[in-house]
Amino acid sequence: MSMYAQLVETGVNQLQSRAEMSAEERAFQERVDAGIKIEPKDWMPEDYRKTLIRQISQHAHSEIVGQLPEGNWITRAPTLKRKTILLSKVQDEAGHGLYLYGAAETLGVTRDQLYADLLSGKVKYSSIFNYPTLTWADIGAIGWLVDGAAIMNQIPLCRCSYGPYSRAMIRICKEEAFHMRQGYDIMIALCRDGTPEQKALAQDALNRWWWPSLMMFGPPDAESVHSAQSAQWKIKLFSNDELRQKFIDQTIPQAEYLGIRVPDPELKWNEESGHYDFGKIDWDEFWNVVKGNGPCNRERLRARVQAWEDGAWFREALVAHAEKQSQREAEATKAA
Amino acid sequence: MFIRSQHGLAHKHVGSLHAPDAEMAINNARDVYTRRNEGVSIWVVKASDIVASSPGDKAPLFEPANSKVYRHPTFFPMPKEVKNM
Ligand SMILES: [Fe+2]
Ligand SMILES: [Fe+2]
Ligand SMILES: [Fe+2]
Repeated sequence: MSMYAQLVETGVNQLQSRAEMSAEERAFQERVDAGIKIEPKDWMPEDYRKTLIRQISQHAHSEIVGQLPEGNWITRAPTLKRKTILLSKVQDEAGHGLYLYGAAETLGVTRDQLYADLLSGKVKYSSIFNYPTLTWADIGAIGWLVDGAAIMNQIPLCRCSYGPYSRAMIRICKEEAFHMRQGYDIMIALCRDGTPEQKALAQDALNRWWWPSLMMFGPPDAESVHSAQSAQWKIKLFSNDELRQKFIDQTIPQAEYLGIRVPDPELKWNEESGHYDFGKIDWDEFWNVVKGNGPCNRERLRARVQAWEDGAWFREALVAHAEKQSQREAEATKAA
Repeated sequence: MFIRSQHGLAHKHVGSLHAPDAEMAINNARDVYTRRNEGVSIWVVKASDIVASSPGDKAPLFEPANSKVYRHPTFFPMPKEVKNM
């Protein structure tokens, strides 16, 4: 898989032919092929349901954990304007997580279950959020590159086959456009309107975020064993490599406008293909981060676990308050 | 969650959320679904209180309407000479 859900098991190693499908499976596939949305109460193959739960929950977890690297800079934003913008952006990410948990719950799981799987480390979130935000320029680079890469992946998902997921993605994509622009606006302020020191900060941020951003699209197509099934189910609409290339082609002119360079000596415009050629991605680094050994994996999970534990008294108080209120109402009706 | 996006329009389903009671549900809906002036009014309904038709009932429920094409104005050919009907 790609992006916020980088590695999604489909439970299927080989595509079924039409002849091998049961009548129900065939009818299901025909609806998907015809572009008819699958809704929660419709019949669906068990592997489709499970794959979607994995994909949507990984995506939701990424939105939630994705708040942490940027949250790190809310109290240290350079101006009040930047601070309020960053706060809104991070709040949006919490909202994205909630839309997606809601979509996953229509498939017969509970949010608490999914959340427990995040906190125990059983289910992953995107590798990108395991990198640290060292300077204010990182906040610009994240909005520009990380949210930019997310949009590239998520716009096609607005057309995916599962109704609740597609509707959540439509809401999310509208908000992501703001995220990307506010990031690029930070980069413009540093690179075009800033001092040489500020521009150097922006270049340093690009140097550190470029390769991890390209890894967000997931492993090369040749190694993505589950893509074919997800493509047939229309819950993956473009391949990892296609989206990665599209992202690079879109981003290089934006870097040129800023006057900074991506850290890839092999990057070159290819007149014949009409795309940029680029250097080798260090997939060992990617797998290392996925396995839990990135610079911030432990810190990120620790922060989520602590937030969950620190919030326990508040969740309990809300429920206790609600119970007391309904008890009082019941007594009042009895008395009347 | 159902949101009326503008005066004069119907409330429309926008998604769901968790809340211990109705008051918190409205507060949460405000934060989750109307951060950009998406609404002028919110309805919250417990998911367990919604009764839905099942996809299997589609044929008996909706097929009877298929044959009743005369319910649409376009069923009736109008002579060219007759205007504004
Ligand atoms: Fe995102
Ligand atoms: Fe997001
Ligand atoms: Fe975002």
